[in-house]
Amino acid sequence: MQETVALELKGVSKYFGSVVANKNVDLTVHSGEILAILGENGSGKTTLMNMISGIYFPDEGQIFVGGEEVVIRSPQDAFRYKIGMIHQHFKLVDVFTAAQNIVLGVKESADYKGAYRSAFVDENGEKLTRSKCKSFFVGLKNVFTKWKKNRYKLKKVNEKVTAIAVKYGFHIDPKKKIYDMSVSEKQTVEIVKVLYRGADILILDEPTAVLTPQETQRLFDVLRRMREDGKSIIIITHKLHEVLSLSDRVAVLRKGEYVGTVETKETDEAELTEMMVGKKVTLNIERSEPKDVCDRLIVDKLNCKNREGVKVLDNVSFTARAGEILGIAGIAGSGQRELLEAIAGLQDLEEGEITYIDPKSEERVNLRHKTPLQIRELGVRLSFVPEDRLGMGLVGNMDIIDNMMLRSYQKGRSMFVDRKQPEKLAETIIADLEVVTPNTHTPVRRLSGGNVQKVLVGREISSAPKVLMAAYPVRGLDINSSYTIYNLLNRQKENGTAVIFVGEDLDVLIELCDRIMVIGSGRITGIVDGRTAKKEEIGLLMTKTEETEENLEEKEEAHE
Amino acid sequence: MVFIIGAISIGITFLYGCIGEILTEKSGHLNLGIPGIMTFGAAGGCVGVSLYMGGLSDPNNASWFFLILFSILTAALFAAALGAIYSFLTVSLRANQNITGLAITTFGVGLSMFLMESTVDKTYFAKASTYFVKSLPFAEKLGWFGELFLSHGVLVYLAITLALLMAWVLNKTRVGLHLRAVGENPATADAAGINVTVYKYVATCTGSAIAGVGGLFYVMDYLNGSWEYGIEAMGWLAIALVIFTMWRPNLSILGSFLFGGLYIAAEFIVGASSSQKELLKLLPYVVTIVVLIITSVLDSKENQPPAALGLSYFREER
Amino acid sequence: MNNSEREKTVREPLFHIEKRGDISRKKGLLIRGIAILAALIVSGVFSAILLKGNPFVFYEKIIDGAVGTERRIWNLLRETALLLGVALAIVPAFKMKFWNLGGNGQVLVGCLATTACMFYFGGKVPLGLLIVFMMLAGVIAGAIWALIPAIFKAQWKTNESLFTLMMNYIAEGLVAFFLTIWVKTGSGVLNPMRDYKVPEVINSSFIPIIVIVLLTAAMYIYLKYSKQGYEISVVGESENTARYVGINVKKVVIRTLIISGAICGLVGFLLSGAIHGTVSKATHGGMGFTAIMVAWLAKFNPLIMAGTSFFVVFLERGVAEASSYFGVTNTAFPDIVTSIIFFFIIGCEFFIQYRLRFRAKKKSGIAAEKTVVKAEKKDSVEVSEESDDSAKAKKEDKA
Repeated sequence: MQETVALELKGVSKYFGSVVANKNVDLTVHSGEILAILGENGSGKTTLMNMISGIYFPDEGQIFVGGEEVVIRSPQDAFRYKIGMIHQHFKLVDVFTAAQNIVLGVKESADYKGAYRSAFVDENGEKLTRSKCKSFFVGLKNVFTKWKKNRYKLKKVNEKVTAIAVKYGFHIDPKKKIYDMSVSEKQTVEIVKVLYRGADILILDEPTAVLTPQETQRLFDVLRRMREDGKSIIIITHKLHEVLSLSDRVAVLRKGEYVGTVETKETDEAELTEMMVGKKVTLNIERSEPKDVCDRLIVDKLNCKNREGVKVLDNVSFTARAGEILGIAGIAGSGQRELLEAIAGLQDLEEGEITYIDPKSEERVNLRHKTPLQIRELGVRLSFVPEDRLGMGLVGNMDIIDNMMLRSYQKGRSMFVDRKQPEKLAETIIADLEVVTPNTHTPVRRLSGGNVQKVLVGREISSAPKVLMAAYPVRGLDINSSYTIYNLLNRQKENGTAVIFVGEDLDVLIELCDRIMVIGSGRITGIVDGRTAKKEEIGLLMTKTEETEENLEEKEEAHE
Repeated sequence: MVFIIGAISIGITFLYGCIGEILTEKSGHLNLGIPGIMTFGAAGGCVGVSLYMGGLSDPNNASWFFLILFSILTAALFAAALGAIYSFLTVSLRANQNITGLAITTFGVGLSMFLMESTVDKTYFAKASTYFVKSLPFAEKLGWFGELFLSHGVLVYLAITLALLMAWVLNKTRVGLHLRAVGENPATADAAGINVTVYKYVATCTGSAIAGVGGLFYVMDYLNGSWEYGIEAMGWLAIALVIFTMWRPNLSILGSFLFGGLYIAAEFIVGASSSQKELLKLLPYVVTIVVLIITSVLDSKENQPPAALGLSYFREER
Repeated sequence: MNNSEREKTVREPLFHIEKRGDISRKKGLLIRGIAILAALIVSGVFSAILLKGNPFVFYEKIIDGAVGTERRIWNLLRETALLLGVALAIVPAFKMKFWNLGGNGQVLVGCLATTACMFYFGGKVPLGLLIVFMMLAGVIAGAIWALIPAIFKAQWKTNESLFTLMMNYIAEGLVAFFLTIWVKTGSGVLNPMRDYKVPEVINSSFIPIIVIVLLTAAMYIYLKYSKQGYEISVVGESENTARYVGINVKKVVIRTLIISGAICGLVGFLLSGAIHGTVSKATHGGMGFTAIMVAWLAKFNPLIMAGTSFFVVFLERGVAEASSYFGVTNTAFPDIVTSIIFFFIIGCEFFIQYRLRFRAKKKSGIAAEKTVVKAEKKDSVEVSEESDDSAKAKKEDKA
């Protein structure tokens, strides 16, 4: 199929200070095709797309739309060329409704001047003579009618939104507020927003990262329908199997540079990986058989409500065992964070018990109602790598030494802090984990994502924990850093630590974990064996509660 | 009755400051320079008055319409100039909003002091003030109704109109939707193709201009043409009123009258000693604190400040 | 910024802003130096225009006004010390991102409590004991004044900036209230109680200066080397991290604000007990606000704050003298000049954090595609600095 070129990039580069985000990238997108942009985290995929959609301005290079060179300085410009982007972090205003978000920024293209002039021009476009001229007020009236027609009316928007939804098979409620929506609904709003503006080129940045396998399938169906409709779709991802199942062609970026484009039909996972990483890689996770397994942490019937009074943990019970990695799978925001924070002593619980079994004395310690400090004072060796690295695990503006102190500064009775020990620890971690940093006095926010994570994980395992909890520890990391982290977790497991790993990539969970616990809407929907589990099975468990809840609600409604 | 009219009268000063600040805050900028901007707006209005009256051959022949129009324009212009400095620093240079605001207040009060003490001719202020407080026709013939609703100066009606207009613009028009988006989530607004910088500048400068007219009102209507630095305190209360009325211009009309009532309560309590009056004068501040506490304890999802209030926006933030 | 260029026919933005990775200390200082210099020039010219005088005479009079006589030097040092004292009080709170705008009120209640001790106990207890009372009363009063908003902030996240602001006015009201009780004549002015003041060493300025010098060193050490200081930084940087490592955020907020208020109260004690011997609504002299900016300029480093407060007080006092030389006796000019300086210094932070990159103008459509970006960092900074100046100067000319 020989299509017309919808979008072309030539020699596009972008620098952030001394960091090269994109260098000399060439790219072509045809109409009616799905192009996947593949690359590791930090390879510059998002930056490149941001330049097409007007968020960034390229330092060098040209962009052509439909064969003509264009300058895209702002998102408005991008819309003018019918380019729309669906960002990974949704750009939605929480307190607005879906319709308000969709109509946001759409300009009324009313030609008021023309409306006014029409009072002085006859049907054939000729100027009326002074005597025949309709009055000044007629002109004003024309402007007013025009204004009235173009006036911002939510009702009209709602209708148009519904029409788009029907066309491509979405489900959307235009009047629903964003903060009441699920991730998948928010994504739908984003897509409709772009279609509402009549975009012909759609860019989706990691659209499946937050979706369940089922939701992903539904999204792909919609995208295929759009392709049939003649639209060009660019999808950014680092998931190979999605690339292979959805796209027509694949463009690969590596460290900001363009590697090449291949036809999806003519390629396979191995080739793509090699293009992405730059060398042949045989990365796999070596999962050892668990040894000396014994119960370490018993969680019993945890119940927890968030600030709005919504139940985020609902009767959660499980046991984490020493020498095992327990994976936690689930849609983002299903209670994973609250669960880990509850164990770490950061959440107020309504009900439930958390019991830690001391490895030496077999003594049972109750962790409920304890602050993190008290937990440490009890001799419980619990480490926690939180999801929000720079916002919770570390202090971005402090240097590595001061960040090492976070966990240990309270030791001792002196009024003053001791910076000697943390400095040694910092040096050890930098050496052992190959942290790339100018020195120990560099603020951690200056480090790259992978190095930040090494600093954090390094600190957390430096205290030889008996329980190690890690939430999305490889999010945003490149492949090599990710595997460093997996190996660290595996080593902890072999040392007899009970590891709890919250992950988003089901393939990784299946490869890494001994057992996988699935959480849905704050409820444990099942625990499966990591060695035998199937992805589809986990995916079903992830959404199970939603459906059963819906059923329950329906029943309740029937009751009422 | 006198009390209610007095409350409305002083309340209008708060109302101008409050809706000006609401507009600014809706764009995501907490302007602590409002007290200085109101003072400077008042000074600007006074400059306008003295220029206009001084330019007339016979000051008794002043035109009501042009006097008020001209002084409103100068007040708004002066205030907007300070607002422009504030926006340049906080929007373009992304400076800390609190610090910038405080510096603007110092600057505004200092400049006004210089203008008022050294250059402006105050001769005609009392005369000009009579034009500002002139009530609507028929006010006297309609008894209590006229006294309550029609006896005020024109700036009172302007303030209420502005507040209602602002409520309509914010909630019912595209421009309002865009402005709210800028204050809630500038990155989203930007990605949606809204010119964040322009919205912020326009909202801040317009808000400042409105607040500046409030200063003019305070001097020419409430104080009957005598100059005073109490405007600064009015400005701080106006900012507090924004929280009290939960960022809603229409509610702020009632809120400002309530604040006005509290502010003048001390004068209306019969038999209070001078020391008791001093304590009563603290009422609006105490009430503001109580309101702050109550709103923070309730902590509802709606009625919150714009989510991005106080944060600078840089598009290429990584 | 890009958008302002839209109307022009240039097809690309004239320049765009990017974040600096890192900046050398030297360059940072250079930028700040340029900003201060530019501010001095602008404010000098601006004042000269308003006062219709020669700017050079104006500068000369500033220096003369600040350090012209021994008395002026002592006053300069004393005012510097007092302002620095308030700034020291502000710093721990601000490092914690607690916007304590209530310095004025906290100083004032310190003054009020001190004066109350003098008024009620003066002559009835030995002077030494009286002074202890005065100091305790001042410190406790200041601490309470800061504690009230702190409790609500810790408990319900009540907006502290407005809360502390209101507390300023309440403090002023309380002063007015007590003055109506204490002064029977109804004049509202309490005559200085010279007999009950802290005894003078050399002059009334010396003791306050020494106290503040000691306090500065103590605050520097506290913030940099103590565990509590470390906790303050962590809470200020990220409350979530503080929670995560088990810092009791509420406790830290309350503890820090007690310290903050207590130091304000101490300054109040010095003001009323060692210098004025009385209190009025304006005894705080607006230092609560100025101190915030002084602390901000110094990036919250107590040692640098000594320099910035000296600079600010030098200007304020100098400009006050200079403008009275030109016939303006009120505080208008010190306010105007210091705020212009603040504008410039606040504004120059932008050039430390960001950089403007100018692009070479395009000659023709497709030919000059690979736009060469030639913008030496320094150049762009200086150019933009100038545009900054001129923009502001224009604005001010308008006013």
